Amino acid sequence: MRTMQFSKVKGDKNQHKVVVYALSTCVWCKMTKQYLKDNGVEYEYIDVDLLNEEDKQKIRQEIQSKGGSLSYPTTIIDDKVVVTGFRKDLLKEALGI
Amino acid sequence: MTPITIEQVRKRAEADAQTYGYHLVPDPDLLQGLLEGLKINEDRYGYPSCPCRLASGNFDYDRDIICPCDYRDPDVAEFGACYCRLYVSKDVYEGKVPLPTVPERRPLEKQSKAFAAPPPAEAKPAAEEKEEFVKVGPKLWYCKQCGYVVFRDDPPYVCPICKAKREMFAQIKARIDFLG
Repeated sequence: MRTMQFSKVKGDKNQHKVVVYALSTCVWCKMTKQYLKDNGVEYEYIDVDLLNEEDKQKIRQEIQSKGGSLSYPTTIIDDKVVVTGFRKDLLKEALGI
Repeated sequence: MTPITIEQVRKRAEADAQTYGYHLVPDPDLLQGLLEGLKINEDRYGYPSCPCRLASGNFDYDRDIICPCDYRDPDVAEFGACYCRLYVSKDVYEGKVPLPTVPERRPLEKQSKAFAAPPPAEAKPAAEEKEEFVKVGPKLWYCKQCGYVVFRDDPPYVCPICKAKREMFAQIKARIDFLG
């Protein structure tokens, strides 16, 4: 399903699969990425606004299929836990940081 | 067209906040980030769509999320801030209430429509049309929604009469002939 390029950010804490769906224009998305990075969490992200129409559509289906709502940032942890928005508290809890 | 500057985006937001009794988010980094997002969107789409929402690039589908978005007023009233949190209430501004998290109020159908929207076709001719107009100095602008007319450098951000957005303003091409 995935053909588009997710950017990978390396980190010591790599026991969870963390995917951030973001917008390049969104300050809260930037803060989410920064927060994960600062805490050494390995994650991958994609800036949805920079994709072509077809890929946007794919991402939309991907987010919704995992129970996410179409707001950004949406962080999906281990394909199960969905965090909508920059929520330090929820990320902390889900990632044990 | 010269691209809009961050300062212009900031001034516009400040003026709008003042007019409607809101405040801009006090955290300077957050504010800067939001204004930068608005600027990027304005450069990219030709209108300042919400930096925290995915725009389609089609003006008609994005109309409701052009900042200040249609959801700002109910969101500030209910939560103390708009969705992206650029605009906040007095209590949030003064630190009496923490900056809230604001759920998305925009109906999913609107988003779905925007997602499926074809690439913008009409954006270009509109821009070209603008080029023909006088570039400097005050001009006549009219609100396509209510007919309000104003003579100034740029159209108002919001129509003071009917609250239509800036995009509803068009320039009036006037010619004065002196005869006899």
